[in-house]
Amino acid sequence: MANKQGRWSTNDGQGGLSKMSSECKTESKLEKILRSGQFTVTGECGPPRGADPDVVRKKCRLLKDKADAFNITDNQTSVVRMSSISSSVIMMQEGLEPVMQMVCRDRNRIAMQSDILGAAALGVKNMLCLSGDHQKFGDHPQAKNVFDIDSIQLISMVRVMRDEGKFLGGEEIKGVPRLFIGAAKNPFADPFEIRVPRLAKKVAAGVEFIQTQCIFNLDKFSEWMKGVVDCGLHEKVFILGGVTPFKSFGMARYMANNVPGMDVPDEVLQRMKGTPKEHQAEEGITIAVETIKQLQAMPGIAGVHIMAIEWEEKVGEIAEKAGLLPRPSV
Amino acid sequence: MVIGERKPFEEITSMAEGNKKILVLGCGGCVTVCLTGGHDAVRVLSSQLRMARDKMGNPIEIIEKTVERQCDPEYVEEVHDIIPQVDAVLSMACGVGVQYMAERYMDTPVYPALNTTFVGGSKKEGYYVERCQTCGQCKLYYTGGICPIARCSKSLLNGPCGGSTKGKCEIDPQVDCAWQLIIDRLRSLNQMDRYEEIMTNNDWRTNRDGGPRTMVREDFQR
Repeated sequence: MANKQGRWSTNDGQGGLSKMSSECKTESKLEKILRSGQFTVTGECGPPRGADPDVVRKKCRLLKDKADAFNITDNQTSVVRMSSISSSVIMMQEGLEPVMQMVCRDRNRIAMQSDILGAAALGVKNMLCLSGDHQKFGDHPQAKNVFDIDSIQLISMVRVMRDEGKFLGGEEIKGVPRLFIGAAKNPFADPFEIRVPRLAKKVAAGVEFIQTQCIFNLDKFSEWMKGVVDCGLHEKVFILGGVTPFKSFGMARYMANNVPGMDVPDEVLQRMKGTPKEHQAEEGITIAVETIKQLQAMPGIAGVHIMAIEWEEKVGEIAEKAGLLPRPSV
Repeated sequence: MVIGERKPFEEITSMAEGNKKILVLGCGGCVTVCLTGGHDAVRVLSSQLRMARDKMGNPIEIIEKTVERQCDPEYVEEVHDIIPQVDAVLSMACGVGVQYMAERYMDTPVYPALNTTFVGGSKKEGYYVERCQTCGQCKLYYTGGICPIARCSKSLLNGPCGGSTKGKCEIDPQVDCAWQLIIDRLRSLNQMDRYEEIMTNNDWRTNRDGGPRTMVREDFQR
C-alpha cells in the first residue's frame, strides 16, 4: 500500500515539495499525509437544509475511506444549511476527518474566533478560510452581510491564534486552537495576472494548504501552476487541485454559464454534449479521472480535492479509477 | 453628494393619508443636484398628491417650499411660521434633513419622501453611482484612488475574490469589479507593489459600527 501511494509521491525533487517541512503543527491527519509527501485526496460534504443528522451520516458512510479529509461547507452559495461546526462533529462521530469551512460573510471577528475555539474544542483539526459567496445568490438575498475581515485576514487571524496564542484583539488565549489552516484559490478568475500574487498574499498570511476551484481548463491551470512553481510558492503551501465530475451536459452548461469564476472550455462542453445522455455521467467521471492523472503529473501539485456536488457516492469510484485507493492510514 | 431616490408614490400617499394640510419641503442641497428633492421635485410631487387626493374625494392642501439646506438649523428655522399651519411635513431632503426637521419641530410629524441611497456622484445627468461609504479611515492612497469598501460588494481589503470575471463583479454583470479597477490603476501608476502588501484588519470604530459619529472643529467652539 505504501508503495502504491508512493507512486504518486512528489518527493522526487521534481515537484519541489520535498522542501516542505515534515514537522506537523497539529494533530490533523490531512496535515500528516501532506507532510509525508504522499499524493493527498480531499472530498466534500454539503450539510443538509434541515436538522436531520442522518443526512450527514449517510453521506459520511458513502465517503468514508475514499479520501483523507472532507470539507464541510459553510452555507455554500449563501443558502441556509446545518452549520459547518455541527456537521463536522457528526462527521467525526462517523470516523471521518472534516475540514471545517468558514466564510467571512456571516460572522464578525468576535463570532468567528468564538466558533474557532468551539470547533477546536469539539475536535475539529482543519479549517478552510473563505470570503464566501455574496448573499445575493442564496435564499436570503435580503440579509445584511458582514465581511468584517476578509479571507486573507482570517487566515492570519487563525494563524496568530494558533501559533502566538493571541486573539485578534491582542489578548492571550488560554488553550490555543490547533487547526491546520487552508484556503481556496480560483486560478480562473480575473484579473489572471494577480492570481499568483494573490496566492503569495495568502501564503504570507500563513495559509498551509490550498484547494483550487474546479479545474476544467487544464491549459490555463498549468499556466497558473507554472507561475506558482516559478515563485517557489509550491514549497511554501500544499496545493490540491479541484476536480468536479459533471453529472450531465446540463450541469456542465450550467457551470459554464451560471457559476461566477468558473472556466469550462468549449471542447469539454462539446465532449459532454456529444455523449449520449445515458452515458454522460460516465463520461463526466472519465473526464474527472483524466484531470486527476494530469494533475498528478504536474510539478508542485500535492493532491486533489474532489468535489462531487450532491454526488458523494461517486467520490470512491473516481478515486479508485485514478488509482488513489486505498488511502494511507496514519 | 448624498443621493436620494423618491419613495414609491403609494408609500408617500399612505403616510399622508390622515392629513388635510401639509408642507412639502424641498432641500436645495445634494438632492436638488441629483434631481429628486429640490424645487422642481417639490412641485411635481405636490401636484401628484393633490390630484390623487382629489380623485379620492379627500382633497389635501399643500404648502410648497424649498430651503437652502435642511441639514442646517439656520435654514430649518425659515419654516418656523409655516409649521403651526400644517398637520405634517413631507420632507424631500435626505435622511439628515428629515431628522433636522423632526428635532426642531417636536409636535409636528415629519415624513420622508425619499429613500437616502448613498454617497456618490453623477456619471451623467440622471445617473448616479456610489463612491464612498464614509468608513472614516480613507484608504484611497493604498488602492489607487478606488475604494474597495464602497465598491467591492464584499468590501474586501485584499481582493479580488474568485468571482471577478472579465472586469465585472459576481453579483451583477453591470457592476465593475472594484479590485479589477484598483489593479488596472495601480499598474498604470507603476504601483503594483502596493497590491502585494496585505491590508490588515480594518478598524471599524470610525465607521458607523463605533456608534453615531461627530466631527468637532475646536477652533469654532467658543
